[in-house]
Amino acid sequence: MIEPGLQIVTADAADRVDITVNMGPQHPSTHGVFRMLLHVDGERITAVEPFIGYLHRGSEKLCEVETYRQIIPLFDRLDYLSAFNNELCFVLAVEKLLGLRVPERAAYTRIILCELNRIASHFMFFGAFGIDAGAMTPFMFGFRERERIQQVFESVSGARMMHNYFRPGGLNLDVPDDFVDNVRSLLPVLKRGLEDAHNLLTGNEIFLARTKGIGVISAQDAIDWSLSGPMLRASGVALDVRRDEPYSLYERFDFSIPVGDEGDCYDRYLVRMAEIEQSIRIVEQAIADFPGGPFLGAVPKLIRPPAGECYVRTENPRGELGVYLVSTGERRPYRVKVRGPSFVNLSAIQQLLVGSYLADAVLILGSIDIVLGEVDR
Amino acid sequence: MTVRLTTVAPSPFRPAAEVALLLRERLGVEAAVVIDEAVFFVPPDDVGTTARRLRDDPALAFDYLRCLSAVDYVDYIEVVYHLLSLSQRQKAVMKVRLVEPDLTVDSVVGVWRGADWHEREAADLFGVAFRGHPNPRRLLLPDEFEGFPLRKSYPLAPLPSEDVGEEEQ
Repeated sequence: MIEPGLQIVTADAADRVDITVNMGPQHPSTHGVFRMLLHVDGERITAVEPFIGYLHRGSEKLCEVETYRQIIPLFDRLDYLSAFNNELCFVLAVEKLLGLRVPERAAYTRIILCELNRIASHFMFFGAFGIDAGAMTPFMFGFRERERIQQVFESVSGARMMHNYFRPGGLNLDVPDDFVDNVRSLLPVLKRGLEDAHNLLTGNEIFLARTKGIGVISAQDAIDWSLSGPMLRASGVALDVRRDEPYSLYERFDFSIPVGDEGDCYDRYLVRMAEIEQSIRIVEQAIADFPGGPFLGAVPKLIRPPAGECYVRTENPRGELGVYLVSTGERRPYRVKVRGPSFVNLSAIQQLLVGSYLADAVLILGSIDIVLGEVDR
Repeated sequence: MTVRLTTVAPSPFRPAAEVALLLRERLGVEAAVVIDEAVFFVPPDDVGTTARRLRDDPALAFDYLRCLSAVDYVDYIEVVYHLLSLSQRQKAVMKVRLVEPDLTVDSVVGVWRGADWHEREAADLFGVAFRGHPNPRRLLLPDEFEGFPLRKSYPLAPLPSEDVGEEEQ
């Protein structure tokens, strides 16, 4: 029964109908509070209007009224799935302005924690991406592995997520005595978890049909949109800050950069899976010759970098995290600009979704792997 | 598998002093070396043309915009462009100073599309106007918000007093 007043759209007219579909901000598959308006013609997306800012907390403004050590917890809360990587970028910027040297033990600890954080973040992606593709089990598997890593983080910093552990010049505390043993016994678990993950999704026919050739972005476009991390590498550009401009002590470690060919959702997935393997390799090398010595260098009690500025970038699980730090020689920074990888990668959704099916929108958004804490800051 | 592993170590980035010479030669700008980057200033009206030359000149080939920031120095607002050339392996920083009341600068979205949200953010939080931006809507703040919160004149209540923030350790 057709309600009175309801317009019956004939096939001819439907060809010309532009329908707007609202998605978010409270949509379970927008990975947080993100909203977009999708203009569709039939099943095809013709234009995308993204809306962000629902989680904007003014982190950059807060940085201007906090002292340097007080800012570290703020960075935890940007990309909360890779908090160690965020802290690292900020403390490196402060160290660069101060000209501080970091003891080897601290640098190694940072690398181990950051790489474990990358693995945890990628397992989280694996789970969430599985759900986006319509599979529930990957989420359970991804979280199982991630939880084991969180336990190590907790034993080191006391917190599962907001660690507040790195300091300019080193670390807040030394690692516990059983740290190396804990990490050593964790690695086989992660390897088995990665194998499980591959068995579950990588060759799965439904998964392949959903992800191959979907959401393609060419290398040229990826560079133009300033994409970074797995988003850029899946399109065939081998840019990885860890190798291009080694920071901390990354130049000492032997690892490869996984690069995709197609630039589609599947390649982005594969690149992240391959990165887990490489991160495990780095952690293996780091615990094999884990150095002794102090965990904190000679740091002034009051951190007051000389007037100046620097831009420091590190390779986060999601791409290039940049901190543009301007100091006027005060106890607080004059300006902190955070170039979040999710922020920049997400902006390309305006192009990524156009031309694809509405049903793939969730999947393509999932393949960007955003964290809205860092998009909105 | 469509993923390959690369192990080749890339060539290091060109030293900032060399980039500064190159910039003088190709663009006629005076670039200063700040820590490890070559930093140069351009007048607000030249941003669009300079950006295009930075990208299209094969010796410069700055095809990747790393970051675009605005900084409020009270007397003027500085817009900072962090650039990278993937093919020429070099970095540079372009700066432009804007003085009130004319806080207008060319949009570079036509040159580097990655500038899109950075520019909208700077417009939203600093009140910088980007001439020719294809979609100059607000980005982070609600539509009815008044003022530019990242300006120094916009206080974050309560103002920091000297005894706030006792250093730990």
